[in-house]
Amino acid sequence: MTGVGDMQAHEALAGFAAVEAALLDAGRFDDWLALFAEDGRYWVPLLGAAQADAQSHQSIALEDRLLLQLRIERLKNPRAHSQHPRSHCQHVLQPSFIEHADGGEARLRTPFIYVEARGEEQLMLAGTCRHSLVHTPAGWRMREKRIDLLNPGRAWPAIQLFP
Amino acid sequence: MNAYRGQPDAIRALVQPDRVHRDLYLSDELFALEQQHFFANTWNYLGHASQVPNAGDYLAVDIAGRPLLLVRQPDGSVRVFHNRCAHKGTKLVTDETGNTGKFFRCPYHAWTYKLDGAPLAIPLKSGYDGTQLQECESGQGLEALKHVAVYREFVFVRLGDVGPGFEDCMGEMLQSIDNMVDRSPEGRLTIAGGVLRNVIHCNWKMYLENINDTVHPMSTHESATQAAQALWAGQPADAPKPMAMEQILPFGSGYDFFDRMGGRIHANGHSVLGVNFSIHSNYAQLPEYEQAMRAAHGEERATQILQRSPQNSVLYPSLSVKGSPQAIRVIRPLAANRTLVEAWGFRVAGAPDLLFERTLSYNRLVFSPMSVVAHDDVHLFESMQQGLRAGHNEWVSLHRNFDAAELDPATPSSRNTNGTNELLMRNQFRAWVQFMTLGMEAAA
Repeated sequence: MTGVGDMQAHEALAGFAAVEAALLDAGRFDDWLALFAEDGRYWVPLLGAAQADAQSHQSIALEDRLLLQLRIERLKNPRAHSQHPRSHCQHVLQPSFIEHADGGEARLRTPFIYVEARGEEQLMLAGTCRHSLVHTPAGWRMREKRIDLLNPGRAWPAIQLFP
Repeated sequence: MNAYRGQPDAIRALVQPDRVHRDLYLSDELFALEQQHFFANTWNYLGHASQVPNAGDYLAVDIAGRPLLLVRQPDGSVRVFHNRCAHKGTKLVTDETGNTGKFFRCPYHAWTYKLDGAPLAIPLKSGYDGTQLQECESGQGLEALKHVAVYREFVFVRLGDVGPGFEDCMGEMLQSIDNMVDRSPEGRLTIAGGVLRNVIHCNWKMYLENINDTVHPMSTHESATQAAQALWAGQPADAPKPMAMEQILPFGSGYDFFDRMGGRIHANGHSVLGVNFSIHSNYAQLPEYEQAMRAAHGEERATQILQRSPQNSVLYPSLSVKGSPQAIRVIRPLAANRTLVEAWGFRVAGAPDLLFERTLSYNRLVFSPMSVVAHDDVHLFESMQQGLRAGHNEWVSLHRNFDAAELDPATPSSRNTNGTNELLMRNQFRAWVQFMTLGMEAAA
């Protein structure tokens, strides 16, 4: 990477995870959804980092844009009962490690702590987020946001937003 | 507080013909008595034999606060033991699954046991010469459960010595397991894909009632089904649906749909919801699979098997089965106000991968901790657990379609009802009284 454009692309790449998480933390879910590529998916494998694929083993979440949109539209409905009171989230990220960047594609690895709060309850998850990104004229877009949780197989209470 | 111990009449009074008392959900004392009596007298699902395929494989499961161990034997059978060393009570294994080799070895003092539970060796053996060890419980090896039933690889246990035998207790309900297994042209299921685990801050009976509650989806799941309907609006009626839409949209069906699907109750709290049809009836057909089913079972039987797709079959009090998609829920009470719910899936031998994909998809969409369908259920269960403490009304209403003839001993214990009849719940509570007080002696 040498040119000014490349530099900007690199900075956008290094900061992508923080920008993306900030949208979730601000509750800007529609803006967040727009960061997915058309074929993008959000994936929380049940085996965490050990899981090879989504076909041979269960996932805690595996959603394409249609299902993500369903989730986001539901949150807007005043009769989403479980959102009284509302949930809020905070992602605390380590700097992203750029695992791969080659022209129009990149992979990031970002360890995180995620806190989801609702009423008197607070849930904390730890893990590593793995972004597979594709560069478009509008900037980087997510082909996959994969969340490898620490100890994903334990019994969880409801996780209502997006780690 | 000691309102119920040794008071079977006080316990019976909590379940009236058409309503139940809030203490059933709230009382820590009743929960302790359930652990001691109710869950000792009932047949509880432990696991599936496919989880321990090889000799020495084990599966550790807690039922009613007792750590248990399912172990595959060298002769191919399975046995269930209490997961405690005969010496001082250390759990023999603390991993959930594994293979112990040819024997168990307690990590604390190295007492060893054969796979059949017999004592193998103890360090410093001569130190026990002249003692009573051989004669007492601690010298007898692992304590095996006496009442274990393996039905088509589904393993059930009864912890206590009273209570009906397995087949008597389950009766016609075993057909729901048959249906699930018979959906394999090879007659074989394998647990696959792991387990989704949820901890819900509500009493276990609320969860079990809700499995038979056909009147909640319209209001409880309104936000999820409206979002799905809005996203799917404008599609022609015959447009092929993505699997997720095929599975979520039927939750938006109306009262009439759920009423017409029909239910069936059996003695001992069991029930089948959706005897006529269910939200699972209209999944896309799979011609090659149906051909394989006809080849395996014959035309008529294959049709029978495939047309039976109830919403839920409850093998009271621990297991809820869906023949299609091949999924089960296991209910594990942890405290009066805390319940573990597990969602497991099966691979169906001889069936296309798409069936397993349906199982994974359904469990994920509806029973995952991240399920938008479950979020509203869980919120409302937890809300009931809190709200029930309020006010002078100490009762929960189960009046819908109550008919005094239900109480007549001459009325058959197995019978069909309309799908929105709360009889399926009343039937659970009548069985609760029966199993809770069975063998319970009144204090003098």
